[in-house]
Amino acid sequence: MSKLLFWIIFIPFLSSFFLRITALFDTKKRVGEKFYSLFAIFASAISAVLSLVTAFYNDTVLKETLFNWISVGILNIEFSLVLDRLSTVMILFITFIGTLIHIYAAGYMKGERRFGEFFAYFNFFMGSMLLLVLAASPVIMFIGWELVGLASFLLIGFYFEDPLNMKAANKAFILNRVGDFGFITALAILFVSLGGGIFSFEEIKSHIELIDRATLTLIGFLLFVGAMGKSAQIPLYVWLPDAMAGPTPVSALIHAATMVTAGVYMVARFSFLYKLTPLAGEFIALVGIFSALLAAVIASYQDDIKKILAYSTMSQLGYMFAAAGLGAYSSAIFHVFTHAFFKALLFMGAGAVIIALHHEQNIFKMGGLKERLKIVYITMMTATFAICGIPPFAGFFSKDAIISASFAKGDYLVWMIAVFTAMLTAYYMFRMMFIVFFKESKHKNLKSLPKSMIYPLIVLAFGSATAGFLGVPKAFGGNETFLEFLMLPDIKYHLSFSLEYMLTLLNLIVVSMGIYTAYLFHIKEINNPLNSTIFAKWAKNKFYIDELYEKVFVSSLRYLSLFSDRVVDQKIFDGIIFKSVNGYRYAAKVAALLNNGNVRFYALYIMIGVSAISIAILAGGK
Amino acid sequence: MSPLEFNILSIALFCIGIVGVISRRNIFVIYMSVELMLNAINLILAAFSKTNGNMNASAIALLMMAVIAAEAGVFLAIIMQLYRNKKSIDSNDHTSLSQKEFS
Repeated sequence: MSKLLFWIIFIPFLSSFFLRITALFDTKKRVGEKFYSLFAIFASAISAVLSLVTAFYNDTVLKETLFNWISVGILNIEFSLVLDRLSTVMILFITFIGTLIHIYAAGYMKGERRFGEFFAYFNFFMGSMLLLVLAASPVIMFIGWELVGLASFLLIGFYFEDPLNMKAANKAFILNRVGDFGFITALAILFVSLGGGIFSFEEIKSHIELIDRATLTLIGFLLFVGAMGKSAQIPLYVWLPDAMAGPTPVSALIHAATMVTAGVYMVARFSFLYKLTPLAGEFIALVGIFSALLAAVIASYQDDIKKILAYSTMSQLGYMFAAAGLGAYSSAIFHVFTHAFFKALLFMGAGAVIIALHHEQNIFKMGGLKERLKIVYITMMTATFAICGIPPFAGFFSKDAIISASFAKGDYLVWMIAVFTAMLTAYYMFRMMFIVFFKESKHKNLKSLPKSMIYPLIVLAFGSATAGFLGVPKAFGGNETFLEFLMLPDIKYHLSFSLEYMLTLLNLIVVSMGIYTAYLFHIKEINNPLNSTIFAKWAKNKFYIDELYEKVFVSSLRYLSLFSDRVVDQKIFDGIIFKSVNGYRYAAKVAALLNNGNVRFYALYIMIGVSAISIAILAGGK
Repeated sequence: MSPLEFNILSIALFCIGIVGVISRRNIFVIYMSVELMLNAINLILAAFSKTNGNMNASAIALLMMAVIAAEAGVFLAIIMQLYRNKKSIDSNDHTSLSQKEFS
């Protein structure tokens, strides 16, 4: 039983290494696809089983110190892993959903050229995320954080033959680097203000009082910059829609189990810090809720099925941050948990549709798939109900918890935007579903789907339908098992039950309004009055944020590089150096003239030399 | 004749030799100029010997004459070879020591 946590992380890494090496030497394709996929699935399943076992046999905090990594002066970092309630929840759903996505990917990637490599990266992705989640020290967490970034880079740019995909992968990586800068700066300030000692979450938590509030707020802001990059919030979100360049299972993995939830997890992990800095919390809530709104508006105008889902993830992440910022950390983690189910399901369903339609991603070229892809339709509908927050599906309970927390806190701006975004969510999700599955069929022959792509959908649909029951609020006769289980330092609010019922009712009305609007516009085909306005054009073009970034950051950096290349380097430095080089060259030319090969001249030089020495001797003799 | 006159004579001979080596292009003339310089040195050595009243310097001068005779043989052989290479006894044609010819 010893070192269980280590093996949970190490098995995916080991399998990833083995698969990559095998794929490297298997140039003649003698190793079958079955071997790779089964091996990878097996590795991730072992990890899942181990997580389950540890979670069952561990009711307090399990800590494993593997070795003392860095011990220099006051800097003391142990490579240790910790399993508390929070990380228990995280590893359970990461390994479980990760394994399902592995199974799904075995069907999706069938016949791809670099099959083995793909599964190697997949396992690597999961291992990195597990390292991030189980880390007992922020520095170890940062390692996992970076490895997740690397894995996402490899997978988003999986089809690297297309330069556009490579651009998307670079974008994801570079924007994450911007966030990482904030994260590591925060860690440095945290370390300096703590004045050394063992740098682990536990120690930081017990010494947090040593730091004054202003520094804590700064640390909170900087940590959130890291979360912004990883979890795609304003202003560092632009990589997430572009990350759709990768294969669909990658999107499912990034959006559900790994990567984007890391930011929320980090905020929850530092909840003891954010509890003391309401200013940073308020900032997080505002950024989160505005990201939610912006993403929902953009999602309502997208044509690409995967982009709609990408923006919807960003929107849901915004909800999570709003909750975390307001101090409802366990609600945020609860939403992470339920979101993992239905978002993985939505992406896998979308992938199934894309495969069935021979790699068609534009929703307006789909349609009428309700009968022909019955299982996909039913499961995706479940997920849609869940994401819209229709009872009793998973999203209802988690989203409701967030919205009522914002109301209870008295943050009415956040609350209003949250309710409005809930309506937009219902609108864009049902818009997508109506266009894809209803209407008349446009495709004659569908590609049949392998079974490995269908079964995970069913499992996840079951999860999306029931995961919410883990955290039924008290107002509905539950006892918030999930939220109590996490033991996070939530800021508690109390709402009367009648008020809570009213809020829920309002949410439901708003959501049904969203669904009805989608029904009017896309089934009844009433013209959307907003469609002809400039607003629609802006939303369709994602509010030109990408272009703005291109102009402001990319172009200015490019001009700076050009300036330092053409002017600073070529004119100033090269100018000076070449001037002195030319001096040497001219001197060498003059010297070369003397060396003309003519013996008569050499005789002259000898003579001059002898005379000079003679004169020197004569003059010195006196 | 006084030692001073011998000195002036041998310096004059030596300078004529230098100018001959430097300014003339014919290898034979250069050779003759070299000989002239050597003999100027011999002359001055003999003059020193006479002035000082011992034979030390004269012994050196005698030895030098033997060396000059041997050197003349070598020199003439070199001139023969140079002529065979380039069919010319103009020293400006023999510039293979110049870096231009290497590059």
